[in-house]
Amino acid sequence: MSTPEAQVVQPSTPAGPMIRTLMGIAMLSGFLVVLTYQLTKPIIAENQRRAIEAAVFQVIPGAVSRRDFLVTESGVVAVTEDTPKEGTLVYAGYDQQGKLKGVAAKAGAQGYADMIHLLYGYDPICQCIRGIKVLKLAETPGLGDKIITDANFVANFDALEAKLNASGESLANEIVTVKHGTKKHPWEIDAISGATISAKAVGKALNQSAKHLLPRLMPGIDELSKTPPQTNEAEPENGADL
Amino acid sequence: MAKKQDNTIRWDTFSEGLWRENPVFVMLLGMCPVLAVTNSAINALAMGVATTFVLLASGTLISLLRHSIPKQVRIATYIVIIATFVTIVDYAIQAISLDLYNALGAFIQLIVANCMILGRAEAYSSRNPPLKSIVNATGMGLGFTLALLCLGVVREILGAGSLFGIDLFGPRFEPWVVMVLPAGGFLVLGAWLLLFEWFKQRKSETELDPATES
Repeated sequence: MSTPEAQVVQPSTPAGPMIRTLMGIAMLSGFLVVLTYQLTKPIIAENQRRAIEAAVFQVIPGAVSRRDFLVTESGVVAVTEDTPKEGTLVYAGYDQQGKLKGVAAKAGAQGYADMIHLLYGYDPICQCIRGIKVLKLAETPGLGDKIITDANFVANFDALEAKLNASGESLANEIVTVKHGTKKHPWEIDAISGATISAKAVGKALNQSAKHLLPRLMPGIDELSKTPPQTNEAEPENGADL
Repeated sequence: MAKKQDNTIRWDTFSEGLWRENPVFVMLLGMCPVLAVTNSAINALAMGVATTFVLLASGTLISLLRHSIPKQVRIATYIVIIATFVTIVDYAIQAISLDLYNALGAFIQLIVANCMILGRAEAYSSRNPPLKSIVNATGMGLGFTLALLCLGVVREILGAGSLFGIDLFGPRFEPWVVMVLPAGGFLVLGAWLLLFEWFKQRKSETELDPATES
């Protein structure tokens, strides 16, 4: 490359132009970032809403409509505009006849790189987890993301047992991730060799969430069956074009 | 380039990024995303396009402002400009596809630290008029994307038996898992570098006299 003349020592620039340049650039930068943020915000929100919706229907087999509930210390309440935002948000899924098919809730645990956020579907009749869907992860591509792609791992969640114990205060058996190929009980998750940390994080997330949520949710599960679902299943697919 | 600057745009201005000064295969710049996200062709392509956009946009702006940026604060200014465009790309990818955003993980934000972009800003955009910078940045960006694709395609075919997510070999193919792991990145990059060096050497041997060095 060349040895530029520009790098020859110059008379020192006064502070004024330097401050002006930095301020100008910072303001331009701020303006551009805010503009992009404002432009993309509704699209991103819509993307996220649609991702949640698709995920809810994916983790609750047979569900075609959903309704949101808040699980609080005192019971289960339907989410309306004036409900306080305290408690755990769950999504109840219903089939065509309006029958409760399952409840989806969010769970999260520390993975290898960052928090793994997922949604799981709980079937109150078989008292088991019927499916999981990873919402956000930053795991190593090709390794940690096997928790999404590995068919054997995903098969763990066809019917993962999560029964409450006799007193109804906690799980009868904690959900645990076991070494690949050693799964014996219906509440165990068969890990993935090569992605053990991520697989364990999934087990931990499910266990923590189920342990906390189910003792509060199950006493009020009738509340969910009683309330007819909203008619929001067939929303028009408005193309989110940029 | 010692005396008057030559401002004409030649084919070379564009093509040096593709081959002669390819940021990955020749200059070995920006190795972090090169090795990290090239485990599938689609990730490589998305990363290449995102980087090209940042390179192009920041190069243009820096070239436009090159006379008004005092030398002492130029690096800070460049980084702010680059970071701005990376943030824009970050939001844009989230708006286009959340799946893609999740697949690329933290590496979108890390484009800020891609030394190729800062290097081009310092070595080229800050010394050349906007149009020339745009042409050069396009070439560099394409060269970078191409290099990422070279790695991504090979690693996906060998490591997952597919290309752009399409299964190539059927269920009987046993994927060569190491290829999608970090080690595979180094292996494939090494193989490509070897190939490039071999080509270059052969070319210089045939073009010039036998007395070639380097």
